[in-house]
Amino acid sequence: MLLARLTEVNGAPGQEGEVRNLIRAEVEPYVDEIRTDSLGNLYAIKNAGAPGPTVMLAAHMDEVALMITGIEGNGYLKFRSIGGIDPRVLVAKTVVVGEKKVPGVIGAKPIHLQQPNERQRAFTMRELLIDIGARSKEEAERQVKLGECAYFTTKYEEIGQNRVKAKALDDRVGCALAIRLIQSDVSYPLVAAFTVQEEVGLRGAGVAAYQVEPDLAFVLEGTTASDVAGIDEHKHATSVGKGPAITVVDRSVIPHPGLVKELLALADEKGIPVQVRRNTAGGTDAGRIQLTKAGAKVGVVSVPCRYIHSPASVLSKDDFEHAYQLVKSYLERLEESEGSR
Amino acid sequence: MDIKDVFRSLSEASGVSGYEQELVRPIQEACKWADEFRTDKLGNLIMLKKGTGPEPRPKIMLAAHMDEIGLIVTKIEKDGFLRFSTIGGFDQRVLLSQEVVVHGKMKLSGVIGAKPPHIQTSGEQSQAVKMEDLYIDLGFETKEQVEELVQIGDLITIKRDVVDLQGSLMAGKAFDDRAGVAAILECFKVLASIQHQADVYGVATVQEEVGLRGAITSTYGIVPEIGIAIDVGFGDQPGLQDSDTIALGKGPGVAYGPHVHPKIYERMVETAKEWSIPYSMDPSPHPGGTDAYAIQVTRAGVATILLSIPLRYMHTPIETLDYEDVKRTGRLMAMFIAGIDNEFVEGLTCF
Repeated sequence: MLLARLTEVNGAPGQEGEVRNLIRAEVEPYVDEIRTDSLGNLYAIKNAGAPGPTVMLAAHMDEVALMITGIEGNGYLKFRSIGGIDPRVLVAKTVVVGEKKVPGVIGAKPIHLQQPNERQRAFTMRELLIDIGARSKEEAERQVKLGECAYFTTKYEEIGQNRVKAKALDDRVGCALAIRLIQSDVSYPLVAAFTVQEEVGLRGAGVAAYQVEPDLAFVLEGTTASDVAGIDEHKHATSVGKGPAITVVDRSVIPHPGLVKELLALADEKGIPVQVRRNTAGGTDAGRIQLTKAGAKVGVVSVPCRYIHSPASVLSKDDFEHAYQLVKSYLERLEESEGSR
Repeated sequence: MDIKDVFRSLSEASGVSGYEQELVRPIQEACKWADEFRTDKLGNLIMLKKGTGPEPRPKIMLAAHMDEIGLIVTKIEKDGFLRFSTIGGFDQRVLLSQEVVVHGKMKLSGVIGAKPPHIQTSGEQSQAVKMEDLYIDLGFETKEQVEELVQIGDLITIKRDVVDLQGSLMAGKAFDDRAGVAAILECFKVLASIQHQADVYGVATVQEEVGLRGAITSTYGIVPEIGIAIDVGFGDQPGLQDSDTIALGKGPGVAYGPHVHPKIYERMVETAKEWSIPYSMDPSPHPGGTDAYAIQVTRAGVATILLSIPLRYMHTPIETLDYEDVKRTGRLMAMFIAGIDNEFVEGLTCF
């Protein structure tokens, strides 16, 4: 399964190679041209130079990870997060480190040797260490290089009612959507841009948009869902299982209001469930794409994911499917209107 | 199957205190060196390997607990989320974002979640998430869907495959004390190739984590002269003092304290030296935490000792040990057993 393969490869910001290689192989049969740029963005291009608007589908390949910043004398690895990770989710987890995928664990103090008040305070990132079982600094150095990254090891699994549990759903779900959507039968220029370094400040997207010069761009994301136990409904940024989320405003962008309206109307017409993202925090590649060169019309379509930036996030396969249908319908509608011109 | 592989599968199997049945068969099937098997009313698995000495032969009991700490469903929330409580000692800080298995009508995979970061107030990340604010997400939409599969009182275990680290180190859940069970199997395997006079009872005990309960009844039933408890001890790890820990890769800790008979201690250490089996001396001023404590005061009293397999990150889902230490523990016990005769046993009551 595409989403399973995508979530089980690793790609920290700036180290997206595994993800890029997988996607390159996936899209190759469907496009006219594939290329990369100096940051590592991957472009899958159809109908370059054809008449009609250039449409860009953007999804970021990178995921939050832990960069190895030190190797202790006794062989333990020190790390800092690359992208935003709450240190509390790291305790007592397994990871794999670097190119060699060296297995490791993030340890914690036995409960028996703690004072009761210790358990009220969270561990800080600086207190945590990765244990790969090396007995010395030298042994660890043979396995791991500074600057390599550690990743969660969660396996893709389907759970409950048509739901998926996996790591890095932010934004491999967007990558999966773009891989499927680039297969659409359209005659105008269509470019899937798989971007790098979103998690450290939307770094790849601006460079990508500069080259693609889209008239219209869809950013495909996995966004936070907070429809969980103990949280009042008015605080649910998005809800899993209620359809893809359309962004009206977040910290990075105000998507094109006309496009938002069109998407909502199209969903209504086609009977595709859809929700408006009810939280204005966070940002996506859309913020950079919109402001590139003389500007572009952008829209953000997201699949709601619980527990993003943690070892195990959860989404609904129905939402994934409906996100695909919604954007696909838009691309088809555009084809019809272009054809009748 | 190699005993290390048996250990791996025992770690991945489920057996929260009081509900250890799933473990009995794999342990029994792996222990092909025993002459007899039985279970008692609490569920302890007792494996007997007979000695060759004249009757009445000394009886030596080896005890390691097969139960693990776990969680239990206490409420099904309106959107199908589960609230839970603990069985055995869990630090609330190790539970967030763990994958779990809920043992309902079938085994269901879930994730432990908490309040999402964007609706937390500033400073919240420096506070541990409280146990009462954690919940399990099974991926269902409604309470009704979940109620068809799960009920209050169902057990929950951590979902974790064993990971092989560098050298012979391994990480996983429930090494406390399936590692001790593996050490008993390693011991029986060695015993099969040497002479021993005593009858040896290997016991996989139940309900240790909630109060050493399986050891109480199994010891009463066996009436051993010598009891050896095999459990895990605090391994060396960052943040702990050396004096609180035993080093991984240097053999078992041999405990010395009120729950250890001095003559057994002496003989154990002599045996280790004689056979060049590495060990660490493990001063043990608080005797209460293991089956040795219960075995010692059964009936008219039993001469006991505790061997501790060094284990990092105890009571977390990534407990870490060196499998060589498990093998060394098994071999040390076997060599100790080989040297036990009636004369030694009679000396145990003479102070």
